[in-house]
Amino acid sequence: MRYHTPESFEDASAIAAGAEGVTRYLAGGTDILVQMRSDIVTPDDLIDIKHIVGVKEIARSDDGGWRIGAAVAGAELGEHDGVGADWPGVVEAMELVGSTQVQGRATLTGNLCNASPAADSVPAMIAAGATVSVTGPDGPRKIAVEDVPTGPGQISLVRGEVVTAVNLPARGPGGGDAYLRFTPRTEMDIAVVGCGISLTRDGDTITSARVALGAVAPTALLVEAAAAALVGGTLDDGALDALAAAAEAACNPIDDKRGTIRFRTHVAGVLARRVAKIAYDRAGGAK
Amino acid sequence: MALDEYTEQTGGPADEIRSEFTKVGTSPDRPDGIDKVTGRARFGADAYAPGMLHGVIVRSPHAHARIVSIDTSRAEAAPGVKAVVTRADFADGQSGEDWAVMENVMAGDTALYDGHAVAALAATSLLEARDAARLIEVEYQILPHVTDVDEAMKDGAPVIREGAADNSVPAGMHPNVVRYHSSGHGDVDQGFAEADLVIEDHFVTAATHQGYIEPHACLATMGGDGRAELWCCTQGHWNVQKLCAATVGIEQSKLRVTASEIGGGFGGKTTVFVEPVALALSRKANKPVKVVMTRSEVFRASGPTASTSMDVKIGMKKDGTMTAARGVFRCQGGAFPGAPMEFTSMCAFAPYALKHVSQIGYDVMTNRPKQAAYRAPGSPMAAFAVESVVDELCNKLGLDPIEVRLKNASRMGTKASFGPTWDRIGLVETLEEAKAHPHFSAPLAPGAGRGISCGFWFNHGGETSVTMAMSEDGSAQLMVGTPDIGGSRASMALMAAEELGIPYENVRVTVADTASLGYNEVSHGSRVTYASGLATIQAARDTVRKLCARAAAKWGIDEDAVTWQDGCAVPSGPNAGDFDPLPIDRICRVMGRTGGPIVGHYEATPEGAGVSFATHIVDAEVDRETGATKVTRYTVVQDAGKAIHPTYVEGQFQGGAAQGIGWALNEEYVYGPDGRLQNAGFLDYRIPVASDLPMIDTVIVEVPNPGHPYGVRGVGETSICPPLAAIANAVSNAAGVRMRQLPMRPSRVLEALEDQD
Amino acid sequence: MSKIHVTTTVNGDATEFLCDPRETLLDVLRDRLSLTGAKEGCGTGDCGACSVTVDGRLISSCLMLAAEAEGKEIGTVEGIATGEELHPLQRKFIEHAALQCGVCTPGILVAVKNLLERDPDPTEQQVRYWLAGNLCRCTGYDKIIRAVMDAAAEMRGAA
Repeated sequence: MRYHTPESFEDASAIAAGAEGVTRYLAGGTDILVQMRSDIVTPDDLIDIKHIVGVKEIARSDDGGWRIGAAVAGAELGEHDGVGADWPGVVEAMELVGSTQVQGRATLTGNLCNASPAADSVPAMIAAGATVSVTGPDGPRKIAVEDVPTGPGQISLVRGEVVTAVNLPARGPGGGDAYLRFTPRTEMDIAVVGCGISLTRDGDTITSARVALGAVAPTALLVEAAAAALVGGTLDDGALDALAAAAEAACNPIDDKRGTIRFRTHVAGVLARRVAKIAYDRAGGAK
Repeated sequence: MALDEYTEQTGGPADEIRSEFTKVGTSPDRPDGIDKVTGRARFGADAYAPGMLHGVIVRSPHAHARIVSIDTSRAEAAPGVKAVVTRADFADGQSGEDWAVMENVMAGDTALYDGHAVAALAATSLLEARDAARLIEVEYQILPHVTDVDEAMKDGAPVIREGAADNSVPAGMHPNVVRYHSSGHGDVDQGFAEADLVIEDHFVTAATHQGYIEPHACLATMGGDGRAELWCCTQGHWNVQKLCAATVGIEQSKLRVTASEIGGGFGGKTTVFVEPVALALSRKANKPVKVVMTRSEVFRASGPTASTSMDVKIGMKKDGTMTAARGVFRCQGGAFPGAPMEFTSMCAFAPYALKHVSQIGYDVMTNRPKQAAYRAPGSPMAAFAVESVVDELCNKLGLDPIEVRLKNASRMGTKASFGPTWDRIGLVETLEEAKAHPHFSAPLAPGAGRGISCGFWFNHGGETSVTMAMSEDGSAQLMVGTPDIGGSRASMALMAAEELGIPYENVRVTVADTASLGYNEVSHGSRVTYASGLATIQAARDTVRKLCARAAAKWGIDEDAVTWQDGCAVPSGPNAGDFDPLPIDRICRVMGRTGGPIVGHYEATPEGAGVSFATHIVDAEVDRETGATKVTRYTVVQDAGKAIHPTYVEGQFQGGAAQGIGWALNEEYVYGPDGRLQNAGFLDYRIPVASDLPMIDTVIVEVPNPGHPYGVRGVGETSICPPLAAIANAVSNAAGVRMRQLPMRPSRVLEALEDQD
Repeated sequence: MSKIHVTTTVNGDATEFLCDPRETLLDVLRDRLSLTGAKEGCGTGDCGACSVTVDGRLISSCLMLAAEAEGKEIGTVEGIATGEELHPLQRKFIEHAALQCGVCTPGILVAVKNLLERDPDPTEQQVRYWLAGNLCRCTGYDKIIRAVMDAAAEMRGAA
């Protein structure tokens, strides 16, 4: 294995583009090192992006959103007041990933690019309408988070492309988001189901919403029917029932050691209700 | 403790039980404390030797497969590789358990489970060894497999090994049923006819793992002449010596085994897995070889406990009198005989004085790793089934769960369900303490449930050697042979200091290697504080006799005329003479000139281990929308006989309860249809984390064991006997539906709730 | 496969080592620097026994390559005591019997020391969640939590 420490994303991209065999980027390393230790994959080239200027930065973007560098660790994100004030759901989702120790290293970008269907931060980012900035042989581009994973362990980036940052949009007035997952233990677990919801309110009425589910399909899902169940209403029981039904209908899970189809589908509906209430309260000004 | 090591405890020396202490019963800092909080304590993987190689084991990816061929040539040619071994590099001709251990340590013709070792190699670095291991080519012929106990007993199930059954098995059973147990007394049918209510239910528990945080690790050095040194984390290094000698083919005394600090065992480190492999590699390479299991290897290829399928039937009168009980316990022990079904059977109804009782056990082989002991092997599952039925009877008859247990409780003089008549036991006392505990009468939150359960474990004596050597300054060096798995050096030092009348700090306790002390049985069966403790007391009393003799010689009086008080020899009475007390340091300072070194001994097999009972109280909440369960309050009440170091006794109580919570709620071996283990890691084998648990309250009951000079009963194992049932009862009462299968993972609870609606 | 030269600081001491690019920080601490206080309980970030700090941040050393340690400040359990004087957490762990086998203890001490540096007055619940990645199989965590709370109180001068 060759270990590279490029000082720019262009160099990182060039190394990856020119490499043959298995190439991986290293930010937090909390997935790739597990895969190496477990003999799942040993890269021929490992490209550590942490020597690139700005990868650890969290900055306000011109549109009032946030630009979160590709190597910002979960703990660093959690300690940042600004992001947490605007997007508490995204931050709490990221903070659910692994232990305190894992939080010291794991990143939003890594959680996304590892492409686990159960990644906690991904439904929250999708709900938030987040995008990633990518540099590659054909120049920079932005991709919606929901378009990055294409299947378990698979992403839409082409060889030589590298994620440079996660972009969260401006929160704007009357907005709130939340994320919950279900796990058998209180911590140190992989989501059996995850649900992220972001919505905006005008008074008591929901004016826009995005609902995303994790661990119920090969990739995290943006469930438009579930969002539609919320928009225009005031989160009454009927809306919650419609939301849960839409969430359940969107599920296409597998039976595995972590959960059955029946269980995952049922819990998706339960979580959607619970998350919607939190997001709604936050949008209404609750802390 | 395996059954062949179980001996009925017939009672110990009839000495008076001491009840006045100055040191025993206090909780001083442990002697190995500083080493363990500074990182310098040396565990299994912390040993290094000059020229050391790293060993890696190649394991079968198949549940059941004939090994057609193994090609090691590419691995042998790989960089850094110094030795490759297969079964041909071990001794042959073993029989009995030695044969089973050999076959388990390195497969012969057939890989019997996912993870079964088939080859190993050693290289100059771990990375080189891991790279080279991938170059060993094994050709398998895949055979049909079975990993479920009930399936393995059915007609047509794949046979793990023809002819494995012993002559206890009734005719007509499937060849996978390899041992059978039946015990009890009375006429259960008559008893059931006398009952007002009879409940019979089927219960299932999953295989669980001890889950010690330290993987198996060892460092072996062996020459072509068979002389060898082995450093390893083990609960019993004499057993390691015996099993390694049998598998690598040397005389036992050629191998010196040193027990490292041990990072948890709970029964799982009572046998060998990697140690013979490291020795064989070292012999072949003529260099020291270290082998450390990965966590995945620990799960796949060490010794989890048995899974069970159980049927329990109990009859009760309206007043709560139990009229009869019957249990059938099917335990799968993996690819070799040895599932603890006798213990499951014998412990099942032990808390109850029953006129009519019958228990039957089956030991069933499957394509899973060879089970090993896990904390009171077999007992927690039995308690789960039995105490669940008792709880259901109480609910249906509207009776108080503690009163019913008190009414039927085993006491001194009643006949145990498995035969003997009880000596002095403390079950009733634990029930009374539980009844009086504020937890039992505390109001429950809406939707919460409370569960009660009793539990029982035998405890064990076993071969024990202890030596106490006095130093010239009057401090003492105590050599024990039972690895310290939970603070036992502190307990030994307390007992030695108590007898000698010297400060606790003046006793240094060492876990001696196999070349430095007589044979010691494994640290298991909750035997350490009992047996090594008894041995320590007796070795100290032997030392005191010798100290007194020196004083007698100095004073020119009879040895019988000298007694020992507060660390001094004193004349036994006014008639013995008028001499000033002679302190221990003054006797020891001149010991070279007064008869030579002063050393006390104890070598024997004490048989007075007192059984112990516990009663647990648990509160649990159930999220009815998701099936998630939370244990909100937990109280352990257990008979310790006499708590030598109460804080560590509490620790044993709490640890057993916590492991029980994991077993009850989330831990399980999950096998796929391909017979491979699906969750060989701490991420998906879910032991409780700190945020899962409440504080665990403890009550130490002290009903002295007549077989120990201070009344000690083992405490390590009984604490895991009640939790499965207590938690199941709490969850069932919270959910309003009886949970009959463990673990009670959320999906299972939710399905039970949905099926109820 | 050529080795990588790394210059770093471990427990305040300037340290250099050569490592294979695949070696983890835990491998190097234990096998090259003789700092065996950090343990490998799983190798996959699930048990916390290998906990160390890197530039003051708590991490699992099995999940970091040794090569990444270039220019970093590493803190291990061996650096917690000052000479013969134990850190209050170390004393309280012994006093409360917050360890039985002791193999998880180094990782837990590194983790809670890092917590108390950030928050000298955590709740029991915060301690439990902070330590969720540090598995202990012996104690049921009860005495660990008590030791941490007691040490924190003493360090705040509130004991």
